[in-house]
Amino acid sequence: MAERSFKAEVEQLKLGDGEPFHGEGILAVTKALLQAGVAYVGGYQGSPISHLMDVFSDASDLMAGLGVHFESSASEATAAAMLAASVNYPLRGAVAWKSVVGTNVASDALSNVASGGVTGGALIILGEDYGEGSSIMQERTHAFAMKSQMWLLDPRPSLPLIVDMVEKGFELSEASNTPVMLELRVRACHVTGSFTARDNRRPPLTVAEAAAAPTRDTNRIVLPPANFLHEVEKIEKRWPAGIDFVRRHRLNEHFGTERDEIGIIVQGGLFNSLNRALELLDLSDAFGNAALPVYVLNVTYPLIPDEVQAFCAGKRAVLVVEEGQPEFIEHELNTLVRRADLQTRIIGKDVLPRAGEYTAAVIKDGIARFLRAHAPDRAPAEEPAQPPALPPGAVPQRPAGFCTGCPERPIFSAMKLVQKEVGELHVSADIGCHLFSILPPFHIGNTTMGYGLGTAGASAFKPEGKRAVAIMGDGGFWHNGLTSGIGNAVFNQDDNLTIIVDNGYSAATGGQDIPSSRARPPHRQTNNPIERAVRGVGIGWAQTRTRTYDVAGMRDAIRDALTSPEKGPKVLVAQSECQLNRQRRIKPQMAKALRAGERVVRERFGVDPDTCTGDHSCIRLSGCPSLTIRSNPDPLRQDPIAHVENSCVGCGVCGEVSHAAVLCPSFYKARIIANPNRRDRLRHRLRGWVIGALQQRSARRLAARAF
Amino acid sequence: MARRERITIAVLGLGGQGGGVLADWIVQLGEANNYVAQGTSVPGVAQRTGATVYYIEMFPAGCASAPPVLALMPVPGDVDVVLASELMEAGRAILRGFVSKDTLLIGSTHRVYAIDEKSAMGDGRASGERILAAAQERARRFIGFDMDDAAARTGSVISSIMFGALAGSGILPFPRAAFEDAIRAGGKAIETNLQGFAAGFDAAQGKGGTPQETPRATAPTTAAGRALLARIEANLPREAHDFAVEGVKRLMDYQDAAYAALYLDRLEALGTDPALLTEAARHLALWMSYEDTIRVAALKVRASRFARVRAEVKAKDDQIVELTEYMHPRLEEVCETLPTPIGRRILASPGLTRRLKPLFAKGRHVETTSLRWFLMLSLLAGWRRWRRGTLRYRIEQARIEAWLALARAAEPDVAVEIVKCQRLIKGYGDTFERGLGNYERIVERYRKGGLAAADIARLREAALADEEGQALDQALAS
Repeated sequence: MAERSFKAEVEQLKLGDGEPFHGEGILAVTKALLQAGVAYVGGYQGSPISHLMDVFSDASDLMAGLGVHFESSASEATAAAMLAASVNYPLRGAVAWKSVVGTNVASDALSNVASGGVTGGALIILGEDYGEGSSIMQERTHAFAMKSQMWLLDPRPSLPLIVDMVEKGFELSEASNTPVMLELRVRACHVTGSFTARDNRRPPLTVAEAAAAPTRDTNRIVLPPANFLHEVEKIEKRWPAGIDFVRRHRLNEHFGTERDEIGIIVQGGLFNSLNRALELLDLSDAFGNAALPVYVLNVTYPLIPDEVQAFCAGKRAVLVVEEGQPEFIEHELNTLVRRADLQTRIIGKDVLPRAGEYTAAVIKDGIARFLRAHAPDRAPAEEPAQPPALPPGAVPQRPAGFCTGCPERPIFSAMKLVQKEVGELHVSADIGCHLFSILPPFHIGNTTMGYGLGTAGASAFKPEGKRAVAIMGDGGFWHNGLTSGIGNAVFNQDDNLTIIVDNGYSAATGGQDIPSSRARPPHRQTNNPIERAVRGVGIGWAQTRTRTYDVAGMRDAIRDALTSPEKGPKVLVAQSECQLNRQRRIKPQMAKALRAGERVVRERFGVDPDTCTGDHSCIRLSGCPSLTIRSNPDPLRQDPIAHVENSCVGCGVCGEVSHAAVLCPSFYKARIIANPNRRDRLRHRLRGWVIGALQQRSARRLAARAF
Repeated sequence: MARRERITIAVLGLGGQGGGVLADWIVQLGEANNYVAQGTSVPGVAQRTGATVYYIEMFPAGCASAPPVLALMPVPGDVDVVLASELMEAGRAILRGFVSKDTLLIGSTHRVYAIDEKSAMGDGRASGERILAAAQERARRFIGFDMDDAAARTGSVISSIMFGALAGSGILPFPRAAFEDAIRAGGKAIETNLQGFAAGFDAAQGKGGTPQETPRATAPTTAAGRALLARIEANLPREAHDFAVEGVKRLMDYQDAAYAALYLDRLEALGTDPALLTEAARHLALWMSYEDTIRVAALKVRASRFARVRAEVKAKDDQIVELTEYMHPRLEEVCETLPTPIGRRILASPGLTRRLKPLFAKGRHVETTSLRWFLMLSLLAGWRRWRRGTLRYRIEQARIEAWLALARAAEPDVAVEIVKCQRLIKGYGDTFERGLGNYERIVERYRKGGLAAADIARLREAALADEEGQALDQALAS
C-alpha cells in the first residue's frame, strides 16, 4: 500500500477528447502515455518518480482494460531491460525512475538498447533529482544521453507542453530508432495545471500479440559483427533523423523579440525561472514576452546546429542558462558557433554559478552580470546588498529523521548500546530511511555506496577481532542486495554482520510493496521471507527478530552476532512494520470500531514532569519526533523536561530504551480503553474503591504536613 | 513593465502539519474564483520530519491574454504572503529572503524543537526572540500567534488555522465564504477544519482573547508553613525569597517540616550575599529533595498525578486509563533504600552482591493502576518516615555538607559558581552516575586550587557539552 492513493485522481485518466484535465504533472504524463497508445509501462519508485509509479499502480485496472501491460520492476535495470520489447516490435513502451541514481543502475541495459536501437517508441521518464532533497545532486543525466546517444527532452514546465512532448517523444524515438529520455524536475512532477484531454488509444499491437508472433532480426542484437554496424548506424542514420525530426516539429521554442545583439539560450525546464528573473529585471512580462530573444531547448540533447547558428548569428553575446556541471551544452554551443564561424561570445558559467540549483534569484544575478559585461546600457543598477536579518545559526537545522514510532529507530538505539559495550563499530550503511541513522541523534554509519550495497560496502573489511556491520533495507535487499551483498559475502567468506531492516515495504520511496511484504495485493506474489532467501544463497547464521521495539532483545541479538565464535557472514533480519504504513492501515479500522461502539485500546506514552530531571538521555537514544521537550514546570529546575506529544503511537520504544539503558522512571505507558466491556468496568470499579481510598488518605496526610 | 497582477504565496511547514492540504485549499480557492492557480511541492521531504516549502502562484484569468508563465519556487523579493507553521520556519523564511518589505508574514509563534535542541544535555533551545524581532523588522506586516494552541483548542489541525489567518488578514481578494467553500470542496474533516478556520480568522483580526495565567498562590496553609515563611522573611534577603519558599514547600512535601527547617539552617549559614543565597536556595532544595525510590514511588501514586495523566492522554470520561511505569531499580538503589548498616553490608560484600544482582538486572513493568503494584508503591512511599535511616540519606547529606562547606569557605562570586554545579547532578542510574562523576571532577580540580569563578562556569558548560565527557576532558586539561 503506497503512501498516497491516487484512486480518485486516476478517474481523470478516462477523460475523452476536448475535456479539460486539471491535476498534477505526473498524472498528466500518465494520461499522455495512454493517449499515445503505449503498450507497456514499467519502472522503479524513488523521488520524484514514486508518485508516478503509484499513479500507474492505481490505474492498473484502467490500463489492463486498454490492453496496456504494467509492472513494478525489481530495479531500474529491470525496467530498462523491459524496453527490449520495442526492439523488434512496433510497441510503444515507457519506463520511469529517479535519475541520476536510477540511471546508473539501468545503464547496462540502456547501453544495449541504445546500441541495437528500437522499432517501437521507447520513452524513459526520468525524475531529475537535482536541488532540494536530492541525493547525488552533482551528476547529470545529460552525460548518459551523450554517452549512449539517446535523445534528452527537458520540457518547459507547462502541462500542455509536457503532454505534447510525451507524444512527440514516441514519434521522435520511432523516427530515429533511438530511445528518448524525458526529464522532469522534482517540482515539475508535482506542479498542478490544466490541459485539454484527448481520447485514450488502445495500442495497435499489444505485448500479448507480439509474444504470440515473434520476429527476430539478428542485426539488432549487440554481438559482433552487428554492434559495429550499430555504431555506424547511430552516426549516419539515427543522428541525422533525430535532428531532422526535432527541427521539423519545432520541439524547441523561441520567446521574446526577433532580433537583438544579445540573447539567451535556456534548458526548457528552467524557462519559468528564467522568465521570472527577467521579469524582476523589467525585461519580460508574465506571459514570457521578453525584451530580448530567448531560445528554449525543450530538447537538450542533441542540439540542432542550424537552429543554434540562426539564433547566434548577428549577436554579440549569448547567455546560456544551464544547470549543473560539466557544462555540456555550453561546450557544444562553443563548438557549433566556431564551426559556423560566428563571432558570438557564448557566456555561461562565467556569470552563473558552477554548482547549486538555478533558482530565479540565482539566474537574476547571472543575467545582471551578463548585461553589465555585454549590454551595459540595459543592465540594472547595482543594489546594495541588504544586511541579513538573521545569522544562519539563529535558525536550527532540521535534518530528516525517523518518523514517530518508526521500527528502525530501536535497531539503532540497540546499536548505540552495543557500541557502549564493544566500542565503535565500522558500519556500512545503505540507501533507505535507515540512512537517517547517520544523522543526530544516532551518528551511526561510515559510508553509503548505493541501493542494496550495504553489505558489499563492508566486503573489504576482513575482521580480526571486531566485525564490521552492514545495514540493508528490505527494498535494497530485493533490488540487488541478495546477490551483490549476501551472495558475495558467502562466496568470499566474509565474517561481518548484515542487519536487514524488514519493515514490509519499500518504505523510503513511499511504501510500495516488495517480494517480502506481508500484504497480499491482487496482482503480486508477496510473503517471500528474507531469511529463507539468505539461507538459500548459503548463509548459515541467520536470525529473524520479529519485534524491533524490544530494544534489549535487539541489543542482545546484535551482540551475539558480533561475538559468536562461528565464522562466516551473519544475517540478522529485524522485522516490524513501517509505522507510517501501519497507521494508514489501522487508523481507519480503529475509527470504524470506535464508531460502532466496540472496545478499542489505544496506547501512548508520557513523561511525568516531576520525576524527569531534564538530562535528555532518552532523546539521545531515541530521537522520536513525538518525544520532545518543554519548559520545566518546576520553578526550581532550569533545564527543559522531556515530553511526549499527542502524536505518540505507543510503539513502546521510550520505555524499552529507558529499561535497556537504565535511564529513569519517568516514562509511563497509558492504555486508554474506549467502550470498555463489563469485565473492564468491574475491575476498574474495584480498583477505584481501594486506590481511591488510599489516595484520599495520603492526600490528607500530605495536606497536614504541607506548607 | 506594468505592476504585476499575480499573487504569490509560500507555505513553510514541517511534516504532519498539513502543508499540502493547505496548499490544495489555496489552489482550489484561486481556481474557483476565476484565477489561474498553480501549486508545487517536494513531497516526502516533510514527511520524514524535515522542513519543506509549498509554493502557490495565481493569476487573474481575466487579465491573461495567454497562459501566464508561473514560477515553481518562491523568489526572494517577490513573495506576497509567507505562511510559516512554526516559529523557526518563519525564521527560515526570513533567512532565505522570502520575507521582504512587501511581504505579509503569517507565522505561528509556537515551537517544534529540532533534534539538536532536544538532545542537548542542558537547555539547547534556540532563541525565539531574535526571530520575532526579525519578523517585525523585515515584513510589511506580521501576524503571529500560537497556532498550535489554537488548533488544540478547536480540535482541528494547524493547516486550517493558517488558512483562517490568511482569510482574516484580508490580503486576498476573496470573501470569507470563498475560503470556507474551498474547505468544503476539499471534503476532509469539514466541520473541525471550519472551526479551526474560524479561530485562525479571528486571531488574525485581533479577536479572541489570550488565556490568562493564574498567579501562583504562595500563602501557607499550616502553622508549620507560616513559621517557616516568617523565618524566610526575617533571615533571608528579599531576592532569595521565591526560591526559598519553593524550597521549603518542596522539602515539606518530600519529608517534613523539620527537614525544611534544616534547609533554612543550611541557607542561613551561607552568609548574607543575595546572589549566593538565591542560587543556593534553588540548588540546595533540589539536592535535598534527591530522587530516591521513596520519592519516585510517592510521586507515582498520587491522585493528582492520575488526573494529570488522564488529561495529558486526552482520555474521555467514559474511558478507562491503565498505567504502566518503566522502572529499573538496580541493586544499588534497593540497598540505598535499606537501613544504612544493612545496605552498606550488602554492597560491601562481593558474594552477596553477586548473588543478589541478577534479581535486579531487568527493568520492571510496574502497573500502577493494578492493586498489587499500587499497594507496593504506596508502602514504599510510606517508607518516607524512615528515610533518615536509609543509606542514601546518609550518603547524600554527607555530599551536601561537603558542597556547602566548599561554598562557605569561598568568596561569594566563586561560591555562586560552586553552588550552581549542583545542576550537573540529575537523573537516575547511569545518567546520575555520569552527572555526579562530572561534578566530582570539577570539585576535585577546584580543591587543587587556582580556579576562578569564570573557570568553574566554563567547566560546568563543558560538562554539559557531550555525553562522553570529551569537552570536559579538554577543559580540565587546558
